[in-house]
Amino acid sequence: MMRAQSIFTILKNKYIATGLIIVLVFVFMAILADIISPYSPVDPAGPPLQPPSRDYFMGTDNLGRDVFSRIVYGSRIMLMIVAIAVAMSGAIGTMLGLISGYLSGLLDRVLSFIMDSIYAFPSLILAISLSVALGASPINAAIAIAVVYVPTYFRMVRGQVLSIKNETYIEMAKALGLPSIRIVLKHILPHVTRTLMVVFSMNSADAILTEAALSFMGLTVQPPTPDWGFDLYKGRGFILLGYWWIMLFPGLSITLLAVGFALISEGVSTLITARKR
Amino acid sequence: MEVLTVNDLWVKYYTISGIVSAVSGVSFKLRKSEMLAIVGESGSGKSTLGLALLNMVPKPGRIERGEVILDGVNILKSSPREIVKIRGSRISMVFQDPFTTLDPLRKIVDQFEEFLIEHGVDKTRARSIIKEYLEAVGLPERVMYSYPHQLSGGQKQRVSIAMAIALNPQVVVADEPTTALDVIVQKQIMDLVDSIKEKYKSSIVLITHDLALALERADTVMVMYGGNIMEYAGKTELYGNMKHPYTRGLFEALPRILQKTLPKSLPGNPPDLRYPPPGCIFHPRCEFAMEKCKSEKPPLIEVSKDHIVACHLYG
Amino acid sequence: MSTIVELLDVVMDFETSSLGRKQKVRAVDRVSLRINKGEIYGLVGESGSGKSTLGRVSLRLYKPVKGKVIFENKDITYLPERVIRPLRREMQLIPQDPYGAINPAQTIGEALIEPLQVHFNTSKEEAFNRACRALEEVGLIPPEDFMDRRPMELSGGQLQRAVIARAMILRPKYIVADEPTSNLDASIRTSIIKLLLDFREKYDQSILFITHDIALLSLIANRIGVMYLAQLVEEGSVEQVIKEPLHPYTKALLSAIPLISSQIGLEKVYLKGEIGDPANPPRGCRLHPRCPLVLEECKSREPPLIEVGNGRSVKCWLYYK
Repeated sequence: MMRAQSIFTILKNKYIATGLIIVLVFVFMAILADIISPYSPVDPAGPPLQPPSRDYFMGTDNLGRDVFSRIVYGSRIMLMIVAIAVAMSGAIGTMLGLISGYLSGLLDRVLSFIMDSIYAFPSLILAISLSVALGASPINAAIAIAVVYVPTYFRMVRGQVLSIKNETYIEMAKALGLPSIRIVLKHILPHVTRTLMVVFSMNSADAILTEAALSFMGLTVQPPTPDWGFDLYKGRGFILLGYWWIMLFPGLSITLLAVGFALISEGVSTLITARKR
Repeated sequence: MEVLTVNDLWVKYYTISGIVSAVSGVSFKLRKSEMLAIVGESGSGKSTLGLALLNMVPKPGRIERGEVILDGVNILKSSPREIVKIRGSRISMVFQDPFTTLDPLRKIVDQFEEFLIEHGVDKTRARSIIKEYLEAVGLPERVMYSYPHQLSGGQKQRVSIAMAIALNPQVVVADEPTTALDVIVQKQIMDLVDSIKEKYKSSIVLITHDLALALERADTVMVMYGGNIMEYAGKTELYGNMKHPYTRGLFEALPRILQKTLPKSLPGNPPDLRYPPPGCIFHPRCEFAMEKCKSEKPPLIEVSKDHIVACHLYG
Repeated sequence: MSTIVELLDVVMDFETSSLGRKQKVRAVDRVSLRINKGEIYGLVGESGSGKSTLGRVSLRLYKPVKGKVIFENKDITYLPERVIRPLRREMQLIPQDPYGAINPAQTIGEALIEPLQVHFNTSKEEAFNRACRALEEVGLIPPEDFMDRRPMELSGGQLQRAVIARAMILRPKYIVADEPTSNLDASIRTSIIKLLLDFREKYDQSILFITHDIALLSLIANRIGVMYLAQLVEEGSVEQVIKEPLHPYTKALLSAIPLISSQIGLEKVYLKGEIGDPANPPRGCRLHPRCPLVLEECKSREPPLIEVGNGRSVKCWLYYK
């Protein structure tokens, strides 16, 4: 009963609704790329450096490829890398946070130290270094991003676990002789999920920007595979010559997608604070 | 000689799940230097009544009807500006949880001073007033310069009391002032409240769930249940001549030292004030309930001098 | 009489950080006591006395820093958690606040079924039936009505009954009741106490009843232990301790209770000040700054726990021969 009511309230929230629409647009773009895209993203579709027109909705780049098609297919790479990265860091960070927070002691101190160290690193530099070390590829980029964000989940989950641990019902669960795994998964984790939602969405927004940065440096895909960040990089050279569309549309897409996730996170966060009261 | 008169007070809370009738038609008079104990359990309406005396009922609560006449003025009709001046200086409140009164982020002296200045006290006089009243409540001067978290529960409560009497109000409303304290400190604080009554001639409204405390300390006792007055009498009269089944039930629920039988318990649960039972609000739990009780609400009847009961057994 | 739980010289420390400074607080300072099979041992003290901590140590929910916890003649002090886990069905806790005791995200039914599945691998159906029986036993009738409800939907009294049902569903032999009725209305306290007493008779249990309400203990306990600032300061049968209290603190407790003190013809003792800081207790006898009967000795030397015969002991220089 409480769940059904919640879904409706969730969708009524302006932030979440807007953010969700934006994100879903890109998701559909990625899924239906083959249908939506007018041309191939990797083969020339027409004369190079054409401004946006009816034939080339967002213009063509220096190799004559349709920018719009590259945007559409680029959403696949972007979303795929980000999805994998966020899923990995979320799963690992949450798991480690649960264990560390619940068990405390030496394990907790060591893990916290490691996580704090990673967290202290400027995320972009860390992501870039890891990416370079692992070698440029979409999977490695996802791994690099995941590593950077594990501490975010770890710290949040651990903090929540520490406060929930003091609740009487957790003490009672111990007194009843329930095994620790059960206590952590059945009695602690469900109470963490609400805040996890906020972190997930905020983290996704962040991850979008980090992927864009890695892509900008050519650390994600090999050309000619389309990736927004890399196209942004390519576009740099041409903007001064007046060919603004090559850089604008990738940049806009990155920003829009990030904003979409940020709006969702804002909406979820307001809902949670409202519920708490 | 009445300092405070309450006439037919009704307070309701308009909540999402229904309209809660927290206080239903309460009237009483309070004389100078008198301590009235309002005794009730959870849901009795006693705390709401306390807040209503200062016109401080929070939303979604509303004072539907009634008058609270302090020194000839119905403060329920006072303007917001007037009521802010009246609170603290003519009628004040001590809460169960001192955090409601004390700001954890500021030193005692700063909060106290601000409170006094806001009520028109001269800044130069404020310090000496603070010292005077901290001493009156048995606190050393250095407490002034502490933060609330550096003080113990008893000390914090003493500070709340000092602030509540510093402007010499006619009435002090104390809502469960000692419930969060241990029994030995409770005695100390109640001794302090007694001395304040004596020294400053303030009238005290003591709100409590502890009938024993009420019978020991108060001059008059009013027993409330489900927002209604069940019984009201002077302490000695009530102790020797308890009439209402609920009052008796509360009294019998007190443990008697070393008695080999357990105190009696009342069956059932407090009423859901959104849908109170018809007739006498206590009838579902009353062992003496008659047919009449289920449909007719008993009026308050005087059974002896200054002793009123709301019960059909005496009608 | 055989002993079910014995605590020997238990010491329990906690680390707290107040205002950035780490402080070690000794919540229990060398307390020994013995609970006999089938008896109700009343542990009385104010907040900060360490009584709740001691109760939890006796359940091995905390591992004492020093001393021993012996359950049914087995030394369980240093056993690893996985060895103690199955033992836990024999010892249960009834906490003070019913609203915190059950996971708010669970239904009452789920809360009762869970321990059965964990300890006895009971089938879902069997567990459901046992849970309903348990709810009937505590007076939550009809049980089916309560199985689907969440803790927040029950009143304080009802919820405490559900908590008790859950504890008893494992048929424990030893119960630690930590202020089980302090958060409940006076008019329903007795019914909850009666429930605990009924269970004790039915299943032959022993209870450590922790409370600040010494008057209540006078009605139900066999023996009483009085705690002050982490120490046990007096122990004896309930008649002895209430009718002839020895320790000034016990006397002060009895003197401070409204109405009651006049009932027992007690020589009243009043304490000044408040309970000390457990992180920094007074030197010598911990009560000395507040005690009206203080001697010079008390200010510098801590009195031993003196046995005055008949199972009585008191930690006070006034009784030193």
